[in-house]
Amino acid sequence: MKNKEIGIKICMGTGGIAAGGTQVMEAFTEHLRSSGIEASVEKRCSMHRVGCRGLCAKDVLVDILIDGDKTTYQYITSEMVPRIVKEHLIEGAPIEEWTVGEDYHNFHRKQVKVVLSDCGNIDPEDINAYIAVGGYEATKAAVKSMTPEEVIDIIKKSGLRGRGGAGFPTGLKWEICNKIQSDHKYIICNADEGDPGAFMDRSVIEGNPHAVIEGMIIGAYSIGAAGGYVYIRAEYPLAVERLKIALRQARENNFLGNKILGRGFLNFDIKIKLGAGAFVCGEETALIASIEGRRGMPRAKPPFPVYSGLWGKPTVINNVETLANIPYIMRKGAGWFSSYGTEKSKGTKVFALTGKVKNSGLIEVPMGIPLREIIYDIGGGIEGEKALKAVQTGGPSGGCIPADMIDIKMDYESLAQAGSIVGSGGMIVLDEDDCMVNVAKYFLQFTQAESCGKCVPCRIGTKRLLEILDKITKGQGTEDDLKLLEKLGSDIKSASLCGLGQTAPNPILSTLKYFRQEYEAHLEGRCPAKVCRDLLTYSVIEKFCTGCGACKRVCPAGAVTGEKKKPHTIDSSLCIKCGACFDVCKFKAVAKE
Amino acid sequence: MIKVLIDGKAGAVKEGATVLEAARMLNIPIPTLCHHPKLSPFGGCRLCIVEIKGIPRPVTSCTTPVTEGMEVTTSTPALEDLRKTVLELILSDHPNDCMLCERAGDCTLQELAYFYDVKENRFAGERRIYEKKDGNPFIERDMEKCILCGRCVNACEEIQGVSAIDFAYRGFKSKICPPYEHDLNCEFCGQCVAVCPTGALTGKGWSHKGRQKDIKEVDTTCPYCGTGCGITLHVKRNEVVRVTSKESGWNEGWLCAKGRFGYSFIGSPERLRTPLIKEAAGGFREASWDEALEYAAKRLKEIKEKHGPDSIGGLSSARCTNEDNYLFQKFMRAAIGTNNVDHCARL
Amino acid sequence: MASLATIFGSGAMTNSIKEIEGMEVIFTIGSNTKETHPVIANRMLKAIRKGARLIVADPRKVPLVKFAEIFLRLRPGTDVALLNGIAHVILKEGLQNDEFITERTERLEGLKKSIEAFTPEAASKITGVPKEDIIKAALLYGGSRRAGIFYTMGITQHTHGTDNVNAIANLALLTGNIGRESTGINPLRGQNNVQGACDAGCLPNVYPGYQRVDMPMVKNRFQEAWKATLSDKEGLKSTEMIKSAAEGKLKALYIMGENPLITDPNIGHTTKALENLDFLLVQDIFLTETAALADVVLPATCFAEKNGTFINTERKVQLVRKAVEPPGEAREDMRIISELSVRLGYPMNYSSSEAAFEELGNLWPALAGISYSRIRSEGIHWPCPTKDHPGTDYLYKAGFPRGRVSFSAVEYIPPAELADDEYPFVLTTGRNLFQYHSGSMTRRVAPIEAHAGEPYVEISAEDASRLGIRDGLMIRVKSRRGQIGLKALITGRVSEGLLFIPMHYKEAAANVLTSDALDPYAKTPEFKVCAVKIEKINSYEEVL
Repeated sequence: MKNKEIGIKICMGTGGIAAGGTQVMEAFTEHLRSSGIEASVEKRCSMHRVGCRGLCAKDVLVDILIDGDKTTYQYITSEMVPRIVKEHLIEGAPIEEWTVGEDYHNFHRKQVKVVLSDCGNIDPEDINAYIAVGGYEATKAAVKSMTPEEVIDIIKKSGLRGRGGAGFPTGLKWEICNKIQSDHKYIICNADEGDPGAFMDRSVIEGNPHAVIEGMIIGAYSIGAAGGYVYIRAEYPLAVERLKIALRQARENNFLGNKILGRGFLNFDIKIKLGAGAFVCGEETALIASIEGRRGMPRAKPPFPVYSGLWGKPTVINNVETLANIPYIMRKGAGWFSSYGTEKSKGTKVFALTGKVKNSGLIEVPMGIPLREIIYDIGGGIEGEKALKAVQTGGPSGGCIPADMIDIKMDYESLAQAGSIVGSGGMIVLDEDDCMVNVAKYFLQFTQAESCGKCVPCRIGTKRLLEILDKITKGQGTEDDLKLLEKLGSDIKSASLCGLGQTAPNPILSTLKYFRQEYEAHLEGRCPAKVCRDLLTYSVIEKFCTGCGACKRVCPAGAVTGEKKKPHTIDSSLCIKCGACFDVCKFKAVAKE
Repeated sequence: MIKVLIDGKAGAVKEGATVLEAARMLNIPIPTLCHHPKLSPFGGCRLCIVEIKGIPRPVTSCTTPVTEGMEVTTSTPALEDLRKTVLELILSDHPNDCMLCERAGDCTLQELAYFYDVKENRFAGERRIYEKKDGNPFIERDMEKCILCGRCVNACEEIQGVSAIDFAYRGFKSKICPPYEHDLNCEFCGQCVAVCPTGALTGKGWSHKGRQKDIKEVDTTCPYCGTGCGITLHVKRNEVVRVTSKESGWNEGWLCAKGRFGYSFIGSPERLRTPLIKEAAGGFREASWDEALEYAAKRLKEIKEKHGPDSIGGLSSARCTNEDNYLFQKFMRAAIGTNNVDHCARL
Repeated sequence: MASLATIFGSGAMTNSIKEIEGMEVIFTIGSNTKETHPVIANRMLKAIRKGARLIVADPRKVPLVKFAEIFLRLRPGTDVALLNGIAHVILKEGLQNDEFITERTERLEGLKKSIEAFTPEAASKITGVPKEDIIKAALLYGGSRRAGIFYTMGITQHTHGTDNVNAIANLALLTGNIGRESTGINPLRGQNNVQGACDAGCLPNVYPGYQRVDMPMVKNRFQEAWKATLSDKEGLKSTEMIKSAAEGKLKALYIMGENPLITDPNIGHTTKALENLDFLLVQDIFLTETAALADVVLPATCFAEKNGTFINTERKVQLVRKAVEPPGEAREDMRIISELSVRLGYPMNYSSSEAAFEELGNLWPALAGISYSRIRSEGIHWPCPTKDHPGTDYLYKAGFPRGRVSFSAVEYIPPAELADDEYPFVLTTGRNLFQYHSGSMTRRVAPIEAHAGEPYVEISAEDASRLGIRDGLMIRVKSRRGQIGLKALITGRVSEGLLFIPMHYKEAAANVLTSDALDPYAKTPEFKVCAVKIEKINSYEEVL
């Protein structure tokens, strides 16, 4: 390998690190040195940590590039490193059985990467890596040769809409703020990603923090802001750390600070504000209250933050993904961006694909892609070849799309019509083993616990919804309860103060709409998916029982009795329905009904 | 001025006015719980929702500024239905023990429940129960009756600049309390008590002293510092049982700890009830008015005759009325004949 | 208040409280407004919410400081140096209001000369306030034409209290910040009806309405109205009466609703003076410490048991209404005075308090237009000369009563008693939020006693740790006049070398310690500065 260029890229997003990325990197350092390869190829051997490329389930993912020829390994641990160094790097023979398979390539094939295009490709802790792929070109171009209005015009033409959930046109928001006269303006990046199972924003910041910063700089230039904040969850330590490093590097390179790029009048800097893990602080007025040092509680709009926001000054709040799109739009043009997507929903959207799907991970697809392609082509279908039941989108504010609507286009309008939302991009795949009532209850528990307590419908209303759902999952519900759920749910939507309350009933209302029969089954005392514990009974199927006694040993309630080698019985009055007997039985002799 | 049409009534209000203010100006009633005219809008109770032409969902009138030509509808079956839902939700988490409540008959929540005819509750469920009571000596904080309207929090921050209380916890468990749920330790101005629309905040001394309907209210002036706040004495059976201040008065209903909670000296058992004359041994004995006045007059007369009027001095009181003071100095000057009269202005 | 009257013609607040809302700059000096006038502080906070900017000057970090843009933490008794320093900067920066000065003032040259030496550096040296802050405050106050000054006893209770007031007046005159809406000089009265007691003539040198007893024309008018022979000899001020009693010259004292034993300086001296009297008559609602020394005690009524009027600190006449019957045989003060007067051969007969108020109005034009019926729902600010006059929110709209007002050249004089090796601490006294004056009312209110029923001395953490004093520990505070024992409260409110004791607690009465040095003009005692030392003790008993 003497005269070759060797590159090693190790996935070190939160997923990669959790899978042992740091140890893998240390092992490579160690073995490159001990094998003498480092000395022999000298500077032509480079190693980089890179951000998440989406398929976290296969971490640690390692790319080996030899003269630009890429081989990708999956599930790599530090123990595997010596063999890779020896066989692949020194002897030039890739280890076939460790490389990624067809599903890895399928996962990427239908994706279109804009925001994620450099995630997983460049070292997020090195500004030069970002600059090498064209980073900050857009900033230079905008600041040096364009007026703010010209920049706004490009963003408007691109059709970019807010990726945080509501989908407000970004260029229009900037234009309104640009036109307001004020001594101070602010731009805030909303990185308070709180939906259960969502990790889009975290991965973007971990993988390419400079794109977000560059988006903010261009936004600040457009609206005339001198102050910026990134409001980010304290539970994202790696993202915060990388953001800090990136901000420092951006300041050192004069992209931030006073007289940006030598332009005397252009001063802009960004502060990080850590959120304390309150879901409601993703709501923009609550977020502003939190930055101001108050309890994060939303206030009524109008006035909208763009007129009166942080400290009462005009404020633009954009989500991470929205901002990360900006440099790419500026570099490649509004037309390029708007060539993706549908008429009203332009560009791409990042989703966190999770649940009962084979390839779970972070994906970026053109707006308007059919849901089927996401689940079956990118996601590789349902785990264990079970039947798809529904796809929950938009997190706790969203709804469920039933399996028979799988050809729905993933854009703002189509999802809204189906009673769900794009939201920030959470996507949970549910199969036949998921109880829709229980799913609704799960999300309600979340929103109820995260309600700020300010307005009555959200604070007490969601509590009452939850109580009714609880009743139903215990088999104590009535037909009237279903009507009350619908009535109260719709009243909460109408009467709540902020988006949290206004969307909190969505998981219930959409499941009631598409899966009413499942609710009705619960009224009759049945949980078709066999999830709701109170509706289950465990019994022994005599003909399969060998009397091995395993169930008797694990039962924490002493509900199983029986002599050795003879069929056992379960006393349902003692059974606490923990399912331990069911799980332990090797003979499928325990029935769950 | 901005023109607005509310329920078909045309009106003009000044810029920045809210829909609620405009409606009240036009004598159109809109129910509210969290709104207080002297505090920033909160928008939490959702009772004041109205429909505005061109806006798809109902909005709270207390937070929405009027814009030119705005058309507002304050009452439709749908709005009233939403209001009733909200009210039922509040009452589903309330002790509803009006029979025992200090504020019965003087409670906005009770009034609204009556008005909206909330008898049964579709949403009956778990209610917040708080065992611990606040040990401070001034303010009874019965947080089970709290509807989290936020008025007290706002008053404490905006009016008093103290911020002794705020919202804590989230969701159904949300609660207004001092930091770490310690006992209240603040300026005890009682502004929070004054703005509370329910029985959640009352004076500790009010307990079982009589409800509002049995009370005689007497408007007067606070006897403490020189600010001279307007106060209302609430009297039952010749006892001042509480002090409030009218929001319409010049001090806007705000008082301090002394003005609001410092009234029980009036009925103190230590009050002097009869004239006293000192005996030779040094102790006092009770005397009749005639005896005491005769004796005092005699002594003053003797001293005046023997040493002249300027050997007598008079100290009047900044606590007494103008009329008392006027008479006092007139007495010293005309009846005694000296200008030796002063009071504690310098102290 | 007397000094303010000497300068302008009236000693009252020149603005009304409502006008605070419209102020651009609020400058409080020697006023713990948030505790002693809480509802006026509410108004200040409202102004601040609307954008007003606040300067607080005080030796203590009083609660209002939280809302201040500039906090001038001056050494006790150095107010003149601070105010002169501010005036110096205003003139140096050309922020003075030349038009106002030309039209309405005189003797600017004298002032200029007197403050020449008070450069920010020099003022800083005396006051301990950083010179940058003095400059900032001067630019802020001097740069505004809608600024109000507020002060209380922190200004007047000094041997040079009159000088302090003069120095304040200089600032307002330099900038023209007086005589218009939302700008003026505002002494805040500490007690509900101090203003009224002064207005009603309970002062030794003037009849009701500040009409001088030594002017024959005035005397004749009152002799005629009262049908009595009056003295034209100026009487004794309260502090002088005590002194005179001690000397054996004053033989009898009639005290109505006062408790000088607690409120006057140097309690030991006051007690001796009162005991020295031939006859002491006390009329009160409680058997106060002073009443206990009386020969005769007459039970009177409190505010809730009588009709009448109070005049608050902003010159507003407001109604007091009877709500309850008095206890036992207690009688209304007016009735007691009248009956005593009859027995002394001078009959007084008023059918109601309203009749007395009308008589007062007839003798003082400023009240002539006010009647009970006019103030039923809201009070009226005097002057209100006629029945159709709306009252006067702010004074001197049409100019000063005596034409031009004079600047006063004020020299800085240190307090009468300074800390020294033997008594190394400076003690300042005052009030707290919960108690009121001598405590005869508030100390009988259970919740107030439960919360704030114990005397304390505020001490800095630096001093406490140096002397090994823990928070809540009993200490002895000793001055040249006496000693008391009370608990230490370690707080950042006082700076090193400074102690503060509230005046309300008879068991540890601050006035055992205070000096009876008086302002030579106003005869106000120097409650705000005296020298003390402290020692650790274990109980109250050990003090004695």
